[in-house]
Amino acid sequence: MNLAYRDIRHNLGRFLLTCVGLGLLLGVVLAMIGIYRGLVVDALTIARAPGVDLWVVEANTRGPFAEASRIPGDIREAIARIADVAAAGSITYQTVEAEHQGKKLRLYVIGYELTRPGGPPEVTEGREIARSHYEIVADRTTGLLLGDRIQLGRSTFTVVGLTRHQVNSGGDPAVYITLPDAQKLQFDLAPPAARVQLARGSSGASRDTVNAVVARLHPNASPDAVAEMVRRWKHLAAITQEAQESILTRSLVDRARRQIGLFTSLLLVVSAVIIALIIYTMTMEKLKQIATLKLIGAPNRTIIGMIVQQALALGFIGFAVGAALIVNIKDYFPRRVVLEADSVVVLGLIVFAVCLLSSGLGVRAALRVDPATALGG
Amino acid sequence: MATPSTGTPLVRLDRISKHFGEGETRVDALREVSLEVFPRQVVALLGPSGSGKTTLLNIIGCILDPSSGSMELDGEWVLRDGRWLRGDLRRLRLDKIGFIFQFHNLLPFLDATDNVAVVLQLAGADIATARKRAGDLLDYLEVGHRRHAMPAKLSGGEAQRVAIARALANSPRIILADEPTAALDSKRAGIVMDLLRKLAVEHDAAIIAVTHDEKIFDRFDHIFQLRDGRLDGHTTLHAVAAETR
Ligand SMILES: Nc1ncnc2c1ncn2[C@@H]1O[C@H](COP(=O)(O)OP(=O)(O)OP(=O)(O)O)[C@@H](O)[C@H]1O
Ligand SMILES: [Mg+2]
Repeated sequence: MNLAYRDIRHNLGRFLLTCVGLGLLLGVVLAMIGIYRGLVVDALTIARAPGVDLWVVEANTRGPFAEASRIPGDIREAIARIADVAAAGSITYQTVEAEHQGKKLRLYVIGYELTRPGGPPEVTEGREIARSHYEIVADRTTGLLLGDRIQLGRSTFTVVGLTRHQVNSGGDPAVYITLPDAQKLQFDLAPPAARVQLARGSSGASRDTVNAVVARLHPNASPDAVAEMVRRWKHLAAITQEAQESILTRSLVDRARRQIGLFTSLLLVVSAVIIALIIYTMTMEKLKQIATLKLIGAPNRTIIGMIVQQALALGFIGFAVGAALIVNIKDYFPRRVVLEADSVVVLGLIVFAVCLLSSGLGVRAALRVDPATALGG
Repeated sequence: MATPSTGTPLVRLDRISKHFGEGETRVDALREVSLEVFPRQVVALLGPSGSGKTTLLNIIGCILDPSSGSMELDGEWVLRDGRWLRGDLRRLRLDKIGFIFQFHNLLPFLDATDNVAVVLQLAGADIATARKRAGDLLDYLEVGHRRHAMPAKLSGGEAQRVAIARALANSPRIILADEPTAALDSKRAGIVMDLLRKLAVEHDAAIIAVTHDEKIFDRFDHIFQLRDGRLDGHTTLHAVAAETR
């Protein structure tokens, strides 16, 4: 007969309650890891959306996400003429507040050229933008539905398509409109003085300004070589996709990432201490029974087995409860929670190791028990 | 029948001493105690508090190292000049010694049958055989009808009888009991004593009990008196009375 199992069964309610408690704690740890991963994934989403190899931005900037970048829209034609470039497109990015059904929405508005790189990676419901004006593809997280109308600046847009998981690094949902609409929106929302200047065409600024030009290269072309070539032109900087992603993860979300990372480590330590305490107390409560077992002649193997098996059962059930909890509620978090199999497995292994280590504590206490203590009252 | 003082003793102690601590804090719990207990004997260790009864019982039970002396259990010298001759004392206990506690010390998470069966299983029996024999033992001790009850649901006397069944599981020939009847009323105490007597006779075993319980003094063949760790002679006054019962 398995003593560990029989003991658990005897105190089943209490054991399960402990498991659930531990499960909640481990669930929080998993959620934090998921939030951490989600932050990284979110930060990269917008940069990955156009599926390009090269970003051309204003000179001396690391735009368009980490720093502001403004370049003339006609740069796109020059870029498109480079031999290694297969396709190029102009893009604008701006954060806009809009109202929908009485609620304020913060939207990350992306303007792109319909037939060129820069549009939504996938429209999961409805269709892509087909007309050059007043159509919008929105992310589900905006709460907008197909056919909804929403006012941005002075124009009213109709939702024709919906995307999934398209948010910027701040968590604002993305919406896509055509480049001309986006440029008009920028003009509408600019401060009045700047607007007057823009309208006059003075100060050298033109209304055909974009934040970046993205380029897709031919399969065998080297992004670094093309970037090098673009950098020789004045007023422009070129960033490869790889560099762009590392800018985003290293600088843009780095602090938030470290913050959550540190918090997650702290939580892990707290969980480890709690697991150790639970297992240690579980053993201490049984010292008299363990003394009795020793007295009647049970070998150490029986006693160690009982403690270790209970510790592992606790860890395993707790972890399963936590994982099941988070898997089921992760979509209700306001920001993306990304649970990757590898992080779940790693946490599982950590919990396993912690359980083994802390049952070591209990085992030590158990092996020290004098069988004679079973005799006394 | 009865209590022969001849033949091979089951328990033989030769000048066993035990002291705790050194120097000023030294306590001499046992001083050169020698005694013999024969098969079918039921003997008591008696003495004032602190006289060394529990210490002596623990040494016989191989759970306490004596400071000096030799000991023979069931024909095997297990201790010579204060040194254990066997490395595996737990196995020795499992095979040769049964313990009966003041409080029954049953494992609370196993039912009556399995509390007995676990000892058999530890000794290598398969679970079905162990349960079968446990059931027989419980029947023998007249608690068979409670075989599926958890210890918390047993009365004091029932629990004590289950504990005795456990002590008997591996048919040990040496049964040690520390205040086996202290937690029971006089009627139950009498029943337990009758039982121990029956065991001694039917299993050819030696039973050594520590007791303060005056109402059962007349149930023992021998009473070993301990005073300040020394054996103060022993009496067989009540042996005849115990037998005629
Ligand atoms: N582990 C120990 N360390 C130090 N001294 C001890 C230890 N165990 C027992 N003693 C001492 O040894 C002496 C004998 O103790 P023992 O427990 O054998 O007495 P006892 O006859 O069983 O008493 P009681 O009737 O109160 O149970 C006592 O003076 C006790 O204080
Ligand atoms: Mg005592």
